[in-house]
Amino acid sequence: MTKAKRQPVDEPIDLAAVDNIVRRTGTTADAAIPILQAIQSHFRYLPQEALEHVCRTTEITAAQIAGVSTFYSQFRHKPVGRHMVRVCHGTACHVAGAPLITEALRRHLGIDDDHEDTDADRLFTIEKVPCLGCCSLAPCMTIDDVTYGKLTPHKATMIIDKVRKESGR
Amino acid sequence: MSDHNVKEIRVGLATCGIASGGRPVHEAVHEAARRHGLHVPVKAVGCSGLCHQEPIVEVVSTDGRRQVFGGVRPAEARRIVRDCVTPRGMVGKAMAWAGRMADLLLSDEAWVSVKPFAAHPESATEAGQAGEQKLIVLENCGQIDPLCIDEYLARGGYAALRRCVADMTPQQVIDAVTQSGLRGRGGGGYPTGLKWATARSQQDSTRYVVCNADEGDPGAFMDRLVLESDPQRVIEGMAIAAYAIGAAEGYIYIRAEYPLAVRVLREAIAQAERAGYLGQGILGTGFSLRLHVMEGAGAFVCGEETALMASIMGRRGMPRFRPPYPAESGLWGKPTSVNNVETFACVPWIVRHGSAAFAAIGTERSKGTKVFALAGRIRRGGLIEVPMGTTIRDVVENIGGGMHEGRRFKAVQIGGPSGGCIPASMADLPIDYEALTRTGAIMGSGGLVVLDDSDCMVDIARFFLEFTEKESCGKCTFCRVGTRRMLDILERLCDGKGHPEDLDDLEMLCDQVRHTSLCGLGRTAPNPVLTTLRYFRDEYEAHLQGRCPARKCKALIAYRVTDTCIGCTRCAQRCPVQAIQPTPYEQHTIDAEKCIRCGMCKAGCPADAIVVE
Ligand SMILES: Cc1cc2nc3c(=O)[nH]c(=O)nc-3n(C[C@H](O)[C@H](O)[C@H](O)COP(=O)(O)O)c2cc1C
Ligand code: FES
Repeated sequence: MTKAKRQPVDEPIDLAAVDNIVRRTGTTADAAIPILQAIQSHFRYLPQEALEHVCRTTEITAAQIAGVSTFYSQFRHKPVGRHMVRVCHGTACHVAGAPLITEALRRHLGIDDDHEDTDADRLFTIEKVPCLGCCSLAPCMTIDDVTYGKLTPHKATMIIDKVRKESGR
Repeated sequence: MSDHNVKEIRVGLATCGIASGGRPVHEAVHEAARRHGLHVPVKAVGCSGLCHQEPIVEVVSTDGRRQVFGGVRPAEARRIVRDCVTPRGMVGKAMAWAGRMADLLLSDEAWVSVKPFAAHPESATEAGQAGEQKLIVLENCGQIDPLCIDEYLARGGYAALRRCVADMTPQQVIDAVTQSGLRGRGGGGYPTGLKWATARSQQDSTRYVVCNADEGDPGAFMDRLVLESDPQRVIEGMAIAAYAIGAAEGYIYIRAEYPLAVRVLREAIAQAERAGYLGQGILGTGFSLRLHVMEGAGAFVCGEETALMASIMGRRGMPRFRPPYPAESGLWGKPTSVNNVETFACVPWIVRHGSAAFAAIGTERSKGTKVFALAGRIRRGGLIEVPMGTTIRDVVENIGGGMHEGRRFKAVQIGGPSGGCIPASMADLPIDYEALTRTGAIMGSGGLVVLDDSDCMVDIARFFLEFTEKESCGKCTFCRVGTRRMLDILERLCDGKGHPEDLDDLEMLCDQVRHTSLCGLGRTAPNPVLTTLRYFRDEYEAHLQGRCPARKCKALIAYRVTDTCIGCTRCAQRCPVQAIQPTPYEQHTIDAEKCIRCGMCKAGCPADAIVVE
């Protein structure tokens, strides 16, 4: 694990991809949420430039975009780490100790700023989510598309280490 | 080459199955079936409700007998397949022998016996969630391949829609639903027939049906599993509703956190269109229906019907004042009937079996069945469906299998953030809209989390307020600020810093938030606090005195190593803040100043020597 803080790579935003999305969803106001969702699934967050491009090419206003993209918790305005870790904080997971899992993961990854959710290596972003639908396996989390259940704080940190190893760090 | 009486093999691959390792099991079954020359379908089915037993493999015989195996790993899956076949002739026997040897080589677990258990409530006798269930909504779940419309058709699917469009007028359909006594399963319990009749009676002839699959309760997954396991049933229900109210377009608003359900649903709609149950001129009549899938974007309040419609129209999901109700003026100002997934899923059954059959189940004012996502501190969690009127005790003790060893049943949380906690002393209460409302909780959409004596009720109230405070859309001041103030007080109590007047303040705030909020979110947000205050006031008072009786609230507990410590140093190695010095072969001690109460030491102690007090 490298300790040095790595900056997110400032790649130019591929606006052609945004054009493609808009072509698929249409340009009316009611397409706002599907457009934002498609942009986010392409870039994994909502780059400012992409949003401005949407305003220029559709009927959707900057005010609507700002309103909608900050209202819904799904949308992220900051780039994320390579792996998304979603720790379930639904009712069943909460009573089974979800807070301890999130704390252990944050501590393990050295994320101590309350406003930060990504580790310095930009490898993992930790998110709290409501019910993942595996309540009988509580507490649980998903890393990218894989669900892990019946966690303990220790087991959760071991899983992180395993994923880190598999991604070659 | 081989004799067998197997019709098909099913592997549960809904989210719960996949999360428990169902995919490799599915592959192992496939591979083993090929190796043993067992040419039967190996189906990926949805969830049969027994989430605690996943991964589940089910072998169905040609005579309809079903053997269910729970907790199956790939090696066991291979053995299950192998045991299905009796080889015939020398060559067959030799091949079976070779297969067996290969199993042994592949894994040393090949001969561990797998205990089958009767899983499905219909046939259940043994360990499964037996007995008192009645399957209407879940009748196909876990039994059919959700991505194969033919299987749905083979089980009577779309017969109800066919009957509606061929033999019934829209008014007759509405009457049938009204007479069945079906009430909305999304939480409110509004009579479905009445809602449809209102939508139908509007002047405007452009009308919409909307399926609410936003499922916001953070401890519930009924709607998702129904959509993942039997999507055609919901589509058929929507089509019947559209026919009844005269809608030609519909939306399914589904949480984006449900990727598998979204995928299954899209495919199911495409199949229904190809088969002529959706689209133009359905079943050769003049009735047409187009369905759209709209993914939500992570806002609890969008489960509220007016917020949901705002979201479909591309706006922020802010609720608006009702009336006008959506059935009068909804999407783009047109009459719109918004119904829950489970509500729609009941409709085909009602049409097929008749209103009277549905109305015969349940209590005086709550008819039919209710699906619950049963979770928390019980032995057998999963998806269950019980007749209305079943008692909470039946659900917890008979279906859920009771508490874990040494634990005491304390309460059930029903209805999520809008619901409340019902204490064990009231467990003989029947599941019925009115009876539950009288306790201060609500029926809700079907989240049922069982709590035991290790759960702190003040912490539970704080948990839900943290949720509603975050999810409040901010439109109503009391909901926005009031929930924040309530959360402040609850956090203070959990930190042991409560003031004597806090409990009265809480009650006052509850009252104000409840009466001054526009939508159900604010109006019901106080329920978790009010019910815990009402039934567990002693716990609140203990917190005021700096004690957490359940030993849950971090600020009020301490970890201690007892003399059963064997001095293995594992706790010291695990402690992330070096609060424990490694002292091999001696009893360890925890530095209370440094300890952050993360529980790592206790979870890892092989001698169970660490206690919380
Ligand atoms: C804050 C809030 C959240 C809600 N969440 C849901 C939900 O997740 N699913 C649902 O079906 N209904 C939910 N409802 C109820 C809907 O507003 C609406 O009553 C319901 O979808 C109507 O369908 P039904 O008559 O079939 O129950 C919610 C209501 C409120 C106030
Ligand atoms: S509460 Fe965590 S999966 Fe349901």
